[in-house]
Amino acid sequence: MLLSLMIFIPLLGMIAVLLLPRESEELIKRVTLLFTLIPLALAVALFISYDRSTAGTQYVVNVPWIQAFNIQYHIGIDGLSVTLLLLTALLGPICVIASWRNIEKGIKAYMALFLLLETGMLGFFVALDLFLFYVFFELTLLPMYFLIGIWGGPRREYAAIKFFLYTLFGSVLMLVAMIAVYLNSGAPGARTFDIPTLITLASTEGHALHNLNFQIWVFLGFFVGFAVKVPIFPFHTWLPDAHVEAPTAISVILAGILLKMGTYGLVRVNMAMFPQGLDFFCNGMGFWGNSLALLGFINIVYGSFCALAQTDFKKLVAYSSIGHMGFVILGLSARNDSGITGAILQMFNHGVISAMLFLLVGVLYDRAHHREINGFGGLGTKMPVYTGITTLAFMASLGLPGLSGFVGEALSLLGAYDKFKLLTILSTIGIVVGAAYFLWTLQRVFLGTLNPKYEDLPEINGREILTLVPLGILTIVLGVWPNFAIDMFRESVTSLIGVLQVN
Amino acid sequence: MQPLSNIESLLYFSPEILLVIFAAAVVLLDLVVKDGESSAVAHLSLAGCICVFAAVLITHFSFGDEGPISLFLGMVRLDVFSSFFKVLLLLATAATILFSLRSDELDARLKGEYYALLLAITLGMFLMASSTNLLMIFISLETVSLTSYILAGFLTHSPRSSEAAFKYITYGAVASGTMLFGLSLLFGMTGSGDLGQISVRLTEFLASGDITPLAVLIAITFILAGVGYKIASVPFHMWSPDVYEGAPIPITAFLSVASKSAGFALFIRFFYAGFGNAELMQAVDWTLMLAIVSALTMTVGNLAALPQQNVKRLLAYSSIAHGGYLLMGGVLLTSEGIGAILFYLVVYLFMNLGAFYVVVLIANEEGTEMIAGYRGLASRAPLVAWAMAIFLFSLTGIPPFAGFFGKWLLFAAVLEQGYYWLALVGLLNSVVSLYYYARIVKAMFLEDAGEETTQVSFSTGTFALLSVFVIPTILIGFLNIFYTFSNISVSVMPMQ
Repeated sequence: MLLSLMIFIPLLGMIAVLLLPRESEELIKRVTLLFTLIPLALAVALFISYDRSTAGTQYVVNVPWIQAFNIQYHIGIDGLSVTLLLLTALLGPICVIASWRNIEKGIKAYMALFLLLETGMLGFFVALDLFLFYVFFELTLLPMYFLIGIWGGPRREYAAIKFFLYTLFGSVLMLVAMIAVYLNSGAPGARTFDIPTLITLASTEGHALHNLNFQIWVFLGFFVGFAVKVPIFPFHTWLPDAHVEAPTAISVILAGILLKMGTYGLVRVNMAMFPQGLDFFCNGMGFWGNSLALLGFINIVYGSFCALAQTDFKKLVAYSSIGHMGFVILGLSARNDSGITGAILQMFNHGVISAMLFLLVGVLYDRAHHREINGFGGLGTKMPVYTGITTLAFMASLGLPGLSGFVGEALSLLGAYDKFKLLTILSTIGIVVGAAYFLWTLQRVFLGTLNPKYEDLPEINGREILTLVPLGILTIVLGVWPNFAIDMFRESVTSLIGVLQVN
Repeated sequence: MQPLSNIESLLYFSPEILLVIFAAAVVLLDLVVKDGESSAVAHLSLAGCICVFAAVLITHFSFGDEGPISLFLGMVRLDVFSSFFKVLLLLATAATILFSLRSDELDARLKGEYYALLLAITLGMFLMASSTNLLMIFISLETVSLTSYILAGFLTHSPRSSEAAFKYITYGAVASGTMLFGLSLLFGMTGSGDLGQISVRLTEFLASGDITPLAVLIAITFILAGVGYKIASVPFHMWSPDVYEGAPIPITAFLSVASKSAGFALFIRFFYAGFGNAELMQAVDWTLMLAIVSALTMTVGNLAALPQQNVKRLLAYSSIAHGGYLLMGGVLLTSEGIGAILFYLVVYLFMNLGAFYVVVLIANEEGTEMIAGYRGLASRAPLVAWAMAIFLFSLTGIPPFAGFFGKWLLFAAVLEQGYYWLALVGLLNSVVSLYYYARIVKAMFLEDAGEETTQVSFSTGTFALLSVFVIPTILIGFLNIFYTFSNISVSVMPMQ
């Protein structure tokens, strides 16, 4: 009940916003904020009351939906979902506050779409029925298309349709795989979309879902769907465009949540449901056995080098996202405790850190109206607070020990080193390059002599600080006390590894 | 159950009889009312639709519910399947009448004939959905075709409309001829016009080796030409973009929905009842041919839609593509597949008619059917723009709209039979289709109207009618009843 409430409160908020008159903009913003704060409060309540000592799903609701196909409205949370749920609920109000002054036209439609997006994201992380899971997955597409397309930058139309087409392409392959799983799950009438049931069936010797060949194909189908979202090379090209054109708050959601939907899907479906298929791609013979780790490696190194080459601040952050998501893939492909724990932690951390980075880019863009890194210089003297927060975010992102980014990446690498020594060693290049581009950017933007054009650039204001502070605190807390988050999903990871060991 | 005699059948035939009465009454009323007051005629036709609707329900629930009843010595059948299509077709007719009332395109003086013809074509479609005899099938098909030719050319002052009618009749004549030849082959082989008899005898003769499978395949192919023409499948689709573009918008909407539905009703009844038994399907393997036609239809439709600038023409190609998706469900003649077709037809009715209604509205307001005319619609008429976006995304097949659930059922039915390549072609086509549907959405939402930012205001009636299409497009997929409804109408299908 609590979960259902949490998912659908933003949807109620959308209806409320739609009923408000278009002129009362201030009221619309407040209502939206209220309807994103309620899920946050509920998420915090869940975070506190969640039973950390068990791997089972909690707060389960399971009612029939489309009976003819045995589709259920089945939701529940385990350690992984509750972590990402908290992240989503946290970024919701932050993004509303970040949009407070920046959205000039059509605030009503913007807020309504944002609330719809939030429902899609929250629902995705709690869905335990494959069909429901897919519906929520796709539900995020439409609002995102409009949010980028209407309120984005100069090339918004191109970016929006590119994002839409890429993601839809991925998800139709996922749809085929999903239907294939359903059709093979049993005799007509006994088929199911229920994820926990499917996980059990897939690890039952002799069941059609257990078949290695079958698992490899459906693994690929789902993988492409999620890979577009993560994004994994070579499906990543929509991301820099979408990020650069999207308004600040939407970039935050994109990097903070939507990319996590991809990796969450990989864990929830690809790993848990197709352990044999996963085994083929992580532990099999020859090239295929290294393929997933290789993709992680490519993401890390390729993303980092691309970031190094950027002169657009936002594009730099976008490419750094690709690099950081590579650690998640690498960690997952290790299939051991530290690898998976690191990957999940990295998901959460990256959500927090990249949200900060995009917010910070937004702050600068709102003042200077451009994002050319070389066009700044010496801002440190003009905007000391802003510089301080940016430095914190940069350091967290480049993996400075003591801040949250370090823990996730270190654990992922540690886990991966067990299985893929060479690839892991090579992947550390990404960290070095990461340090290079962040420090170099820091130098170009904040140090040196002040560009006279920015003589009277105003300092970051209270509203903007308000959006950054909770995230900043999280990066520090998780840096020194990572168990704060790891405790949430430790049992779930253990049980996942148990599933992976079946064969 | 024995077929009823002609006199006994009349009672069960009341919906069709009522249609004839109302069509005649419309013509008579048109003689009485003054020029320019044609809305009375439209309202009479609408009243006719409502009466017929009631008659369909009454005949169905008081007589037809016990099981299929064969009427007129086995010419026509009354079963859940035919009642399903009658309701569907009536909805389309009623919507078309309402569109026509609100459309500025049509010449007010000619409206009497126009509405009478609409009712007549509905009668033909009713028969298409319920005929079980080759002769009756052909007559019903011709009734619909001949009436459509006139309706397509109804804009007498527009050369495009005349061109449309001419193209329609040329292609139509060829297709009918081909189909008739196929029917005659079938009759020659079996000596019967009754679908049930044909099915039995074909199985028997094929088993005894009296006829070769090739002969049956040839007959099927010829007959498919006629059916394919009605549902605008490749390679018999060429007429449809020109006809759809030239015809008045309400007629385009009607043809793309009702004509297609009736075509599928005929297709399903003919092939499922006539050829749907396992032995026959094993002897004559024509599923691959149908699968290829289906794949080609959706691919050609979608690719041709990509560069279109005229929304009506774009929707015409999209409607061809949808014919391809629908055909997927018919490839293997499984009850799941047929159920998926029926479900999709319901969904398609609402989303496609809705989209065409917006085209009518914009054509009235802006005087254009081009995509450029939709620029900035979101700021000028937000509700209409959002409704259009919902229809278009539903047509693409994006959740949570009904189009997604419809497509999902179709794909599941195809995958169930192991036709993975066909499902993949279909799904990739959905991705392609997003591109052109999104072009309209882009024009409405992402582009500015330029200088003119005047608000376009529509009447409450417009919004009410629009919501009649929007609400089902959003909700149908979430309602259990629709999934079972489709299955019921299939379960009565096999003859005897």
